[in-house]
Amino acid sequence: MSDYSAFSLLKNAFSGHRNWKSAWRKPEPRENYEVVIIGGGGHGLATAYYLAKIYGVRNIAVLEKGNLGGGNVGRNTTIVRSNYLLPANIRFYEYSMKLWEGLSREINYNVMFSQRGVLNLAHTPGQLDEYARRGNAMLMEGADAELLSREEISRRIPGLYTGQDTRFPILGGLNQPRAGTARHDAIAWGYARAADRQGVDIIENCEVIGFIKDGDTVTGLNTTRGEISAAKVGVSVAGSTSNVMKLAGIDKLPIESHVLQAFVTEPLKPLIDTVVTFGAGHLYISQSDKGGLVFGGDVDGYNSYAQRGNLPIFEHVAAAAVTMFPNLSRLRLLRNWGGIVDMSMDGSPIICKGPLPGLYLNAGWCYGGFKATPAAGHCFAHTIAKDEPHELNSKYTLDRFFNGNELDENGTGPIPALH
Amino acid sequence: MKIKCPICGKREASEYTYIGDATVKRPDVNNTDEQSWFEYVFQRRNPRGDHEEHWQHTAACRSILKVKRNTVTHKISSVDLEGPWQGQGEENN
Ligand SMILES: Cc1cc2nc3c(=O)[nH]c(=O)nc-3n(C[C@H](O)[C@H](O)[C@H](O)COP(=O)(O)OP(=O)(O)OC[C@H]3O[C@@H](n4cnc5c(N)ncnc54)[C@H](O)[C@@H]3O)c2cc1C
Ligand SMILES: [Zn+2]
Repeated sequence: MSDYSAFSLLKNAFSGHRNWKSAWRKPEPRENYEVVIIGGGGHGLATAYYLAKIYGVRNIAVLEKGNLGGGNVGRNTTIVRSNYLLPANIRFYEYSMKLWEGLSREINYNVMFSQRGVLNLAHTPGQLDEYARRGNAMLMEGADAELLSREEISRRIPGLYTGQDTRFPILGGLNQPRAGTARHDAIAWGYARAADRQGVDIIENCEVIGFIKDGDTVTGLNTTRGEISAAKVGVSVAGSTSNVMKLAGIDKLPIESHVLQAFVTEPLKPLIDTVVTFGAGHLYISQSDKGGLVFGGDVDGYNSYAQRGNLPIFEHVAAAAVTMFPNLSRLRLLRNWGGIVDMSMDGSPIICKGPLPGLYLNAGWCYGGFKATPAAGHCFAHTIAKDEPHELNSKYTLDRFFNGNELDENGTGPIPALH
Repeated sequence: MKIKCPICGKREASEYTYIGDATVKRPDVNNTDEQSWFEYVFQRRNPRGDHEEHWQHTAACRSILKVKRNTVTHKISSVDLEGPWQGQGEENN
């Protein structure tokens, strides 16, 4: 298939855009592959792409139980940032950020990466100190960060209420200018097309329903579209991790599945040209290119596989939104939905070889796996191809929980709903 | 979602605080086996379907409840008290 370009756009305009080829093939599954990735979300597709592109693996399939983009990759609030505190996390997410910066060109697909900044608000002097510390940690690892005063925040974001006569006054904030948002669907479609162009078979409507093993070694899969054998199987199924791993005989993991909701208001004229997060509760808000305000907050707080949430969280995040931007109070909500997030016990991800021979695991992404997509794809591909972790995911092991090497950014302990 | 507290009756879920999986049991304090403690602190079955879990009625009687809830439909099939009062709850919330 030819490249997307201004020229191809023009050429297709002459035929009324009726002759575009579909962006990826719909192949029948073959009986045998070198690598099979379970889960056609952003991570699975990116992994397949980098496996073929960087590691030269041919003969790869991605198995997706539904349609591409129906999972969390199509349900998230699209925030991309690397404002972490722990070195292992800053390095990983900053590498991801760098991949984002060149991604549209790399995969020849406009992912609409918009580096509009992400601003975390501080409401207490202690929080401001903590942000200064985090900003310094980021600068030391080569990421970008700036501490903003209340006056500067007020100047940059006119709709934000910065008065001090409120329960949680804004004292300042930590901004990451290179952070921002991207187009979620474009990540699924763009990586799918790029992987397909590398010869990867993307097989939709193909649910994995069992593992074929020789002793402990995984040798293949039972799927709703027949048996498929594979030398290596990568699991990348986000909220479904525990279910799929159970099929492989792994009964327990340091992961719980929780529902995270997102909300979109009716479209408005440009109002918020960055991403703002409330520091006293949990709320993040940005404005989409169509004008709708996109916002979300905490997980509902109990184990769930329902892909829909309950009203209390909505009331909570809406209240936080109106506290910050009082002029939103009469807006109507257009849509809301939920996605099932794989909350790990320390809030950090797992990208590792094992836990069985022939099996590889990419999971535990909590609220933050969208921004990780390029780096997770690259690191998971490396781990699968080389049978050892990339330097950047060497800390993201499964046995870190047993060994006492958790990566707990917030220090909240092994309570998944709090990460 | 509403949970029927055996003491207070049916109340909004927001009155309760979720504690988590009720099937994990803390090992005896004299148990020095690392694996048992690891399983207790970190490992979860995370089932899709019926889940036994603890909720505390924090905004009212503060009882700790054992709730059987379906994680796909959110339907609650039973709520019981924990501790010496166990067995006084009801089926079919
Ligand atoms: C509401 C919400 C907001 C979020 N906001 C952000 C954000 O602002 N920034 C950020 O960085 N992250 C965010 N996230 C997190 C992010 O979306 C996820 O961490 C990330 O998308 C997970 O990776 P994925 O794209 O591969 O997952 P998914 O798209 O969920 O892919 C997993 C796929 O596996 C498939 N699958 C499952 N079981 C099987 C099976 N048995 N056989 C075959 N296929 C199977 C599923 O159908 C699914 O398509 C958010 C998540 C949600 C729900
Ligand atoms: Zn009660």
